[in-house]
Amino acid sequence: MAGTTTGTPTNVTQKHSKGGIGESMLRPDGTLKVTGEFAYSSDMWHEDMLWGQTLRSTVAHAEIVSIDTSEALAMDGVYAVLTSDDLPAVKNYGMEFQDTPVLAYGKVRHHGEPVALVAADHPETARRAAAKIKIEYRELPLITDEASATAPDAILVHENRDDHHSGHVPHPNIVHRQPIIRGNAAEAAKKADVIVKGEYTFGMQDQAFLGPESGLAVPAEDGGIDLYVATQWLHSDLKQIAPCLGLPEEKVRMTMSGVGGAFGGREDISMQILASVLALRTGKPVKMVYNRYESFFGHVHRHPAKLYYEHGATKDGKITHMKCKIVLDGGAYASSTASVVGNAASLSVGPYVIDDVEIEAIGLYSNNPPCGAMRGFGAVQACFAYEAQMDKLAAKLDMDPVELRQKNAMSQGTIMPTGQPVDAPAPVAELLRLVKARPLPPEQQWTTTEGSDVRALPGGLSNTTHGEGVVRGVGYAVGIKNVGFSEGFDDYSTAKIRLEVINGEAVALVHTAMAEVGQGGVTIHAQIARTELGVQQVTIHPADTQVGSAGSTSAGRQTYMTGGAIKNSCGLVREKVLEIGRRKFGSYHPAWANAELLLEGGKVVTDGGEVLADLVDVLEDEAVEIEEEWRHRPTQAFDLVTGQGNGHVQYAFAAHRAVVEVDTELGLVKVVELAVAQDVGKALNPLSVIGQIQGGTVQGLGVAVMEEIIVDPKTAKVRNPSFTDYLLPTILDTPTIPVDYLELADPNAPYGVRGIGEAPTLSSTPAVLAAIRNATGLELNKTPVRPEHLTGT
Amino acid sequence: MRVNFTVNGRQQEADDVWEGESLLYVLRERMGLPGSKNACEQGECGSCTVRLNGLPVCSCLVAAGQAEGSEIVTVEGLADYAKHRDDSHPGGGCGSVCGGTSLQEARQWQAKGTDGQTGEGGQLSPIQQAFIDAGAVQCGFCTPGLLVAADELLERNASPSDADIREALSGNLCRCTGYETILDAVRLAAARQEETV
Repeated sequence: MAGTTTGTPTNVTQKHSKGGIGESMLRPDGTLKVTGEFAYSSDMWHEDMLWGQTLRSTVAHAEIVSIDTSEALAMDGVYAVLTSDDLPAVKNYGMEFQDTPVLAYGKVRHHGEPVALVAADHPETARRAAAKIKIEYRELPLITDEASATAPDAILVHENRDDHHSGHVPHPNIVHRQPIIRGNAAEAAKKADVIVKGEYTFGMQDQAFLGPESGLAVPAEDGGIDLYVATQWLHSDLKQIAPCLGLPEEKVRMTMSGVGGAFGGREDISMQILASVLALRTGKPVKMVYNRYESFFGHVHRHPAKLYYEHGATKDGKITHMKCKIVLDGGAYASSTASVVGNAASLSVGPYVIDDVEIEAIGLYSNNPPCGAMRGFGAVQACFAYEAQMDKLAAKLDMDPVELRQKNAMSQGTIMPTGQPVDAPAPVAELLRLVKARPLPPEQQWTTTEGSDVRALPGGLSNTTHGEGVVRGVGYAVGIKNVGFSEGFDDYSTAKIRLEVINGEAVALVHTAMAEVGQGGVTIHAQIARTELGVQQVTIHPADTQVGSAGSTSAGRQTYMTGGAIKNSCGLVREKVLEIGRRKFGSYHPAWANAELLLEGGKVVTDGGEVLADLVDVLEDEAVEIEEEWRHRPTQAFDLVTGQGNGHVQYAFAAHRAVVEVDTELGLVKVVELAVAQDVGKALNPLSVIGQIQGGTVQGLGVAVMEEIIVDPKTAKVRNPSFTDYLLPTILDTPTIPVDYLELADPNAPYGVRGIGEAPTLSSTPAVLAAIRNATGLELNKTPVRPEHLTGT
Repeated sequence: MRVNFTVNGRQQEADDVWEGESLLYVLRERMGLPGSKNACEQGECGSCTVRLNGLPVCSCLVAAGQAEGSEIVTVEGLADYAKHRDDSHPGGGCGSVCGGTSLQEARQWQAKGTDGQTGEGGQLSPIQQAFIDAGAVQCGFCTPGLLVAADELLERNASPSDADIREALSGNLCRCTGYETILDAVRLAAARQEETV
């Protein structure tokens, strides 16, 4: 035992543990994912399992007159057909408002709302049975926009509201209203030499994660249920599921299955309660897998928005004031609309210093599809509009658009319109400089020795041009996003860390409920444990509800929060290990009394690198285990009248330069390059950082030129619920994406990290729009841009 | 009905197949090969791409009965297929025959902390290893289909240009990566292939 403690001190040359933070470690689940062995929620299987199927409403707003399930029930292979009347307990759920029926009762409020459920022994039998359920509807008037929602005689989407916003909203069809008033915009406007106004429209975007909503519910002998699902937040699901099943939370045991992407679309419940209800009813395991058509109805989307902006500036380019109104359509159920409103309002000014503002954001209830969380969460829509305004302002001032932005760029110390000081680095001007300084991609890259390579041209393999009518444009944008849960939310994460000797080596076990949705949290967690505990072997326990909540994998918060929780718990484990060490070996070496001892390379070392003991000898057969919650610094709610309050945890910034080539005759756009610069605080894993930035950038590109859920304004029905009609960027639509990142540490965050996933989704869209405007000279106030917007046909 | 075909070199048979079942469904739910993914089930996303008698196809659009007597390669057999590329009878290598992933297996799954850097190299095909090394895997749902398509590209074009890669993979949607690392992975696999020739 303790061989090294009495011998000659050995210097540890490797100061940082291999595989610790800052390295581009590869994914621990990579091998499983490339061999097809990784078990996603749609891969779950159980002997004797049934298949669940929903029947969804064919109309957007109607009273349910009658439901006849008899024909479906009579089919061979059908085990259960359920309506709301058959639900065991609470009939509604919801993250912020409990306004969403598990199965519609009384009326349906949007196209594609679940009304009935079937369990059968084959998915096709279940589908056919669902089709035999007869529902009679009596259609109601539709609420589809702000005017119809707030008309004097407007029908109420939800009667008798009693949520936490119902007391202050100007109309029951408004979920939440957040004004922000600072300075005196009317007075400041008098100083403006130029004023620009704009009205902007942002389309409804779909998260379009590839792994469909799916999972397996297995009834347990104790009357409870074991649930295997893909979600962004196990504990939030649990809180909503248990009351609807009439079960105590401890009888609903949730385990994370493989998650095929999320992007906000899995923050709300989808099939979790439905499969559980069928499993409890039939006593058999029930698997549910939405097909793509159903997936378009099975999760919330990004809020479509109307944005009205006014900016003024003096002739030297100093912005005098900003007024805006942002109208977000939340659709039939609230989901996270209220928080999206808070974000849109508080970030509507963009990353600029503007002292005099008048801001109003509202979220509507309507009969359109429900909208909620998607990457960028309210900040995306605002960025599209304020960046268009910056270009308009620059044009009117005859100023370079980047120079105008830099002149008004915020920096550390700037006061937000909410009164909150930006107390960490805010390198807005520098990010713009970085993207602008990049050399432009060569002109006419389609030209080859053998003629034109149409694959490099707008229209691509459709062979619509060989370069004629093609015009290049360049555009810039920059954005600001909050990181983490805001407005006074008690946001925390929990990490259980166990350190013990297995087969002669100290091994750390990291157990959290963090949803790995592809972002690479599992990689980062192991890196943090290695850095903090100085061990090589780290095992990541599957995420489940047997450990405390990790909060949501959203809002760019998970590395900050669960990373922070792991760092914190590891620190506590280290203290305990050192206590044991002092007890056993304290008398051998005076350095044991030093408070600054570290764990490095499997050993206890002094900060000078002197080895005091091997972890194996300190621990022997003792295991040290800590489960602890960790919180970021508290935030405040925004005042409901003035919008004042230190509402946000942290801010993130990214800038883009887009280079596009437009076939002006056909209205086809090819994005040639989309350069991005972002401050990431600290890159714990550079490879993952770049992956997040590029992925976010392309989601922004999608909503710039192709992605939109089209809802018929006359019927409120979704017209394109498929990947045939809802277009996603393919590898042919996607440009080169060079990335520069800065690492300016946030002194308040663990390791100085800054949430990185969302910021690149903001400025990507307006940069592409700016480039298309630059190429065509068109105003383009709506995104996505479609060929007809460019050709006027 | 009963269907018979060869999957990853092994003769497979499924009984009581409903005529409307796709090749994808039979692979996933009846033959214990859930590696091929069901993301759109209408041939738009490529997540279910398999080789059918050598050709990359969306297995969601092939009726199981149409595959009768065919040779199928899925992501589960890709490493062996690549190893025996010149062999007329690709080696076996699919998992045990049951449906999907059993709960027992799912419960026992653990992300191991240390295999990432090496990727347990020897077992993988060059394109699989390159996807891990280049960071082309995030959520991984598109990965099986992309691997099958990219492997087929490299089989017929050992040093593809970027435009060739984009064209060959344009039927495979990825929502996480923005495709840059996927391009990196294919370039990397091609470069490594060249080194070994």
